[in-house]
Amino acid sequence: MNAVPLPFVRTVEVTIDGRTVRVPEGTTIINACKTIGIDTPTLCYLENLTPVNVCRVCVVEVEGSRVLVPACSRPVDPGMVIHTDSDRVRHSRKLVFELLGSSVDLSTAEPRFKADMEKYGAAPERLAPSGHSDHGAPATVQQPVKIDNDLYVRDYSKCVLCYKCVEACGTDAQHTFAIAVAGRGFGATISTEFDTDLPDSACVYCGNCIGVCPTGALMFKTEHDMRAAGTWDESRQTATDTICPYCGVGCTLSLHVQDNTIVKVTSPNDHDVTEGHLCIKGRFGWQFVQNR
Amino acid sequence: MFGAGGGTSAYQEIEDTDLIILWGSNARETHPIFFHHLLKGKKNGARMYAIDPRRTSSVAWADVWLGLEVGSDVALANTIGREIIAAGLCNTAFIERATTGFDAYKAAVESYTLERGEQLTSVKADVLREMAHAYARADRAQICWTLGITEHHNAVDNVFAIINLSLLTGHVGRWGSGLVPLRGQNNVQGGGDMGAIPNKFVGGQDVEDPALRATFEREYGTSVPDTRGWHLSQMFEAMEHGELKTVFVLGENPMQSEADAKRTRRLLEGLEHLVVQDIFLTKTADVAHVVLPAAASWCESEGTVTSSERRVQRVRKALHPPGQAKDDLEILTLLAKKLGKDWGAPTAAEVWQEVQRLSPWHGGMSYERLEAENGLQWPCPTLDHPGSPTLHTRLWSDPVEGARAGFQVVHHSPPVDTLTDEFPLRLTTGRRLDSFNTGVQTGGYTSPLRHGERIEVSPEDAVRLGVVAGEVVRVVSRRGAIVAPIKIDPGLRAGLTFMTMHFPDEVETNILTIDAVDPKSGTAEFKAAAIRIEKLGVPETVGAGGAR
Amino acid sequence: MDLHLIPGATASAEERAAIDAAIAAVIGTGPGTRHMLLPALHAAQSCAGWISEGALNHICAQLSVPPAEAYGVATFYHLFSTECQAPRVVHVCDDIACRVKGAQGLCRSLEATFGPAGSGTEATWKRSPCLGYCEQAPAALVQHAGASPVEHTITHATLTVLETAVSTGEVPGPSGRAVPQAQGPRDPGLRLLRRVGVADPASLDDYRAHGGYQALRRALDIGPEAVLREIIDSKLLGRGGAAFPTGRKWEAVARSPVRPHYLVCNADESEPGTFKDRVLMEEDPFALIEAMTIAGLAIGAEQGFIYIRGEYPRATARLQYAIAKATRRGFLGDNIGGAGARFHLNLRRGAGAYICGEETSLFNSLEGFRGEPRNKPPFPVQSGLFHKPTVINNVETLVNVIDIVLEGGPAYAGIGTASSSGTKLFCLSGCVAKPGVYEVPFGMTLRGLLDLAGGVEGGRALQAILLGGAAGVFVTPDELDMPLTFEGTRAAAATLGSGVVMVFDDRVDLGDILIRIASFFRDESCGQCVPCRIGTIRQEEALHRLVAARTSGDRLTEQTLIADLGRVMRDASICGLGQTAASAVESALKKIPFDSRRSLTAGPEGN
Ligand SMILES: Cc1cc2nc3c(=O)[nH]c(=O)nc-3n(C[C@H](O)[C@H](O)[C@H](O)COP(=O)(O)O)c2cc1C
Ligand code: SF4
Ligand code: SF4
Ligand code: SF4
Ligand code: FES
Ligand code: FES
Repeated sequence: MNAVPLPFVRTVEVTIDGRTVRVPEGTTIINACKTIGIDTPTLCYLENLTPVNVCRVCVVEVEGSRVLVPACSRPVDPGMVIHTDSDRVRHSRKLVFELLGSSVDLSTAEPRFKADMEKYGAAPERLAPSGHSDHGAPATVQQPVKIDNDLYVRDYSKCVLCYKCVEACGTDAQHTFAIAVAGRGFGATISTEFDTDLPDSACVYCGNCIGVCPTGALMFKTEHDMRAAGTWDESRQTATDTICPYCGVGCTLSLHVQDNTIVKVTSPNDHDVTEGHLCIKGRFGWQFVQNR
Repeated sequence: MFGAGGGTSAYQEIEDTDLIILWGSNARETHPIFFHHLLKGKKNGARMYAIDPRRTSSVAWADVWLGLEVGSDVALANTIGREIIAAGLCNTAFIERATTGFDAYKAAVESYTLERGEQLTSVKADVLREMAHAYARADRAQICWTLGITEHHNAVDNVFAIINLSLLTGHVGRWGSGLVPLRGQNNVQGGGDMGAIPNKFVGGQDVEDPALRATFEREYGTSVPDTRGWHLSQMFEAMEHGELKTVFVLGENPMQSEADAKRTRRLLEGLEHLVVQDIFLTKTADVAHVVLPAAASWCESEGTVTSSERRVQRVRKALHPPGQAKDDLEILTLLAKKLGKDWGAPTAAEVWQEVQRLSPWHGGMSYERLEAENGLQWPCPTLDHPGSPTLHTRLWSDPVEGARAGFQVVHHSPPVDTLTDEFPLRLTTGRRLDSFNTGVQTGGYTSPLRHGERIEVSPEDAVRLGVVAGEVVRVVSRRGAIVAPIKIDPGLRAGLTFMTMHFPDEVETNILTIDAVDPKSGTAEFKAAAIRIEKLGVPETVGAGGAR
Repeated sequence: MDLHLIPGATASAEERAAIDAAIAAVIGTGPGTRHMLLPALHAAQSCAGWISEGALNHICAQLSVPPAEAYGVATFYHLFSTECQAPRVVHVCDDIACRVKGAQGLCRSLEATFGPAGSGTEATWKRSPCLGYCEQAPAALVQHAGASPVEHTITHATLTVLETAVSTGEVPGPSGRAVPQAQGPRDPGLRLLRRVGVADPASLDDYRAHGGYQALRRALDIGPEAVLREIIDSKLLGRGGAAFPTGRKWEAVARSPVRPHYLVCNADESEPGTFKDRVLMEEDPFALIEAMTIAGLAIGAEQGFIYIRGEYPRATARLQYAIAKATRRGFLGDNIGGAGARFHLNLRRGAGAYICGEETSLFNSLEGFRGEPRNKPPFPVQSGLFHKPTVINNVETLVNVIDIVLEGGPAYAGIGTASSSGTKLFCLSGCVAKPGVYEVPFGMTLRGLLDLAGGVEGGRALQAILLGGAAGVFVTPDELDMPLTFEGTRAAAATLGSGVVMVFDDRVDLGDILIRIASFFRDESCGQCVPCRIGTIRQEEALHRLVAARTSGDRLTEQTLIADLGRVMRDASICGLGQTAASAVESALKKIPFDSRRSLTAGPEGN
């Protein structure tokens, strides 16, 4: 884990919002900020995935750089002078939230997301004024929910295209490559080959894509159905860590339970056995305890 | 041979190794999250060899595939060993300092020349040679295996043969160099570690050691038999001979999980008294005299399990068990009370303190630490001990701390169920990604990957037999016959067939398997039965088959 | 890996053969198999007119690429279709320069005759962004899939010609000339264009007869270090848009201990209004090959690639022929010029994606991934093609190398101005009397250049000039004395960009042009980063509202919105596309009073 600096690692000094910080060489700006308690909004960044730096919500101003730089992926340079709350930074963060809010259904996004939107005063409506037809009408990513198997559903109307699911399905964990980004520009979506249904695709239902999705675009069928029925209630849910009942690897499962019923399963990202990832059995194979 | 029954490496070590040998393991499907670590190792530049009769989805990731004959693992290992010695690639310093029995080993493998190895295993001599050299020359190398090694009549010999290779090259006891047996179930390791095996107390302590026995007798205030107990197959033998009449089964489904299912049924049904404690009314419970409904240990009660990397981790109660089902611990204490022993009502944490007290491996693992540190790897004798990701590092101290590791002489012994004109096909068994053992648990969810049980045959055999995908055929072994639809798998070589035991209610695969048992481990030879496939009179087809 | 192919999809024998041949042609030119994906997809597309499930399966099986990834790559490019479509497609350019020359009217007529774009089973037509033939606008590209696929560009397109192309596939021979300076009395100042119209582009001997391969001889004589020195001394700045010192790039790669080194020529030329690289490649292909050979030797690269945009069939054919010829004659290969030097050159085609001209996106595309730009740093000189140290240069930049080696760096630095050395190719199009590529030394004013091209067509009044391309800025008639140098344009808050000088007279509907520019960026955004993916579409929508005067609130609200969008795109986008997507729009809104942007007189578009 990169949290523990080894003794032989050189350190560099940087200035963040006027404060001098000494961090190990190669530390990313976001982690350098963390050491002095500066919290950076993120969307496409997750500690168990390779940074793709596409959402741009984490941008900061680095003196000498023409454009803002993504804090999640840029390592610090010696002497770097960083501003995390300048006018430019606030403007970009706000606009990124507004752009997303104006085109994507964020109703089930991580709570953090809504808090950040408020913090930056994002008002997505102003980018999507109503009352226009034809060319002036604001486009959204609205499309029908994909329900093609009993385990999880895909609602790409909620997709912010953070690439996390693709990374989790690909080289950062699962190596199944069932999904990829297809198309381009505003038309880009997460897709199987020829947009085929999951049962015809390479998908092995590890659910690692669900585990990393920040918006609820990928969702357990259980959660989806409960939400549809109006019974989903996070305030009545508990999460308990235990160990998977199947093979001998010993993956940690976090069982999310509502009314003495398991409603979904995750795994902690910071656990070095799973790094948040599971297989189909651990992710979905718990129904049997409830069939008794 | 090392004096400790556990894998020697942490999972993370495979990310830092230079060479990976995956032997008799379809970890891509049976241990998927371990395979993630393996893939990281590959991404970091490790070269991968896969030894498996089938070209599985795991093999698909290997740089080199050694498609050996079922049951020729010892021959393969001995050939590799001989080649390493012959090429002068042994780690002589390590052998001299840390091992015993090298000369006998050397003499024993002398006859396993590359040519003979090729004959016995069907793996080309130059491939055997290449792997031998690569393994010996690698800076760090790991051998990982699963049931492909252990579900044989000579399971323990197979394991010895592999360990010999690690001793020959010093690929053990260092970060990135080690032996990784992947356990088939979440607490196989823990069960053994806790003493739920015939010959050990908790912490791998030998019941036949008088001094250790004395400690336990003192602790428990009772005498302990001075000889080891029976393992599973010995129990069935004892049932056969009428020596064993009462059986208490906890959380097992032998009726469907044991080889030669017909015989198992006869023996279990013939018992005077059968008690089954399980979370389900299993097929075994069906024939029991008493059934004790239990809580699911992994989500309805507190405790610990131990993984394949010797990591003790907490399981926790997330749900209340249904109906009358009770925690295993509670059932046992209530039972003890009925039998006249009042153990009170200990909590899982209190029982764990007993483990800490009695097992040096676990002494330092308090519940607090297990919580805070995401589990700990044994040995962890004291509270200030960090735990042991890597085992047997002592072999690298000079002089060696403790006992040296001994080479074990083992020889090739082909599968018991021989191939004949009458039974010309080899049936091997295994598991699929979305299912588990007899399917009691995995049957509970709807997997889009599940297509029911099928007998998988090679394209060549399908042509020869005149069968097509989906066609239902009769599969006959020396012990019985079943019917199943055909699936054609290009990953199989001619002569090899494959089934799982995930759907015993539909297709009872274990009617076919042989209960030839390893005398040391008690495991049956699930991996090698001899069968023939017969066309049914009226061709009927089931599903599309073949696609996946 | 454990590949899962599409169940039950098989390629036709023709598809298989085409794909296998394409793979065989590039095998071994890069590490692994993935880099062969784009050529394989091209083969499938041009064989069947679309990339079928079966063809994709075959490609994936051959190259061990997961189908979802290959599909993601295929759907990235305009020239690929993953749905069955007509084998004959006429791509009609409706971009800025062609618009000024009536492209909109042509498209409307085609729609009336043949139905909406993309319809039809035997043949169809589609709208296309700039095809790089702006000087001969309007332009179209005809693609005919099949066993022996054919591709042609139509220039000075008329409705009759386009209709014939759609219905019969017949196209007229090439028309028009691209270099006015080479016609009639040749301009003696031509350097980069000196062989245009003089030497036969298909003849290596003719090339040599006109001074070709003397520079390589000198480079071999003086050695890589000295060549490097000359380039540094020449103060050559990149002509691809970013004006980075070429010598610094070369030196960084030449000195890098990481091996191998790669050389890439950026011939993607997709900036609307740009066609200079096309002219160099079509008219003097050996010059580019010679320049690249010298560059390869200087930076220690043994493998070079030319990545050419997919819409340049003629330049592709001529380069391919020239590479084959140079290889056969020992000017490329393992023993160049008998001196034991080694350099191989491989031509790769893009497939319709402006973004693939961005250098890191180009690497991803060439490597067989989606053409999405990478975050910088690391820069290409550290981690470029196949994540190895790479020099990537524009075609024009590279062709300059020949003269620099021949006459020496310092002499070259004496041409042009102190900060902008050498000559520059400018692409004049739109409402100009003699459109085409012009070569002038740095320092000439915009007015001088416009005069050289005969001024505004028909002597009409100048409304504005788009300088630098869609990613550039609009300049007004009162800015014509701006000197055409990197520093001069920078001082005027403009840019030379790729050398685009697109002229709009007073009849042009600039509102329409702005919307076309905005929709270009919306179409061409790779979609990776939020500011650009959504910002470009919001910018286009706001412009529509603004231009149609159907603003929700007041005009100021829309203008603030456009300004806000421009700012986030410029500040927070990953790459130059997003960073400049608002540049032209903003400059127009700022400099040109709103009312004058809608012309009252009926222009060419006003039918
Ligand atoms: C969106 C975009 C498109 C580009 N297209 C081209 C192009 O078609 N040709 C080109 O030479 N450079 C293009 N560039 C610039 C390249 O990224 C790079 O700077 C150039 O190839 C370097 O070559 P030079 O130093 O010789 O100019 C483009 C940049 C961006 C941001
Ligand atoms: S469930 Fe697993 S295999 Fe399927 S798309 Fe998600 S990450 Fe990929
Ligand atoms: S589906 Fe979820 S994880 Fe995947 S790109 Fe969209 S928002 Fe991100
Ligand atoms: S700025 Fe636009 S083109 Fe560039 S990376 Fe971002 S989305 Fe892609
Ligand atoms: S979190 Fe840094 S770019 Fe998305
Ligand atoms: S060719 Fe049409 S605008 Fe360039």
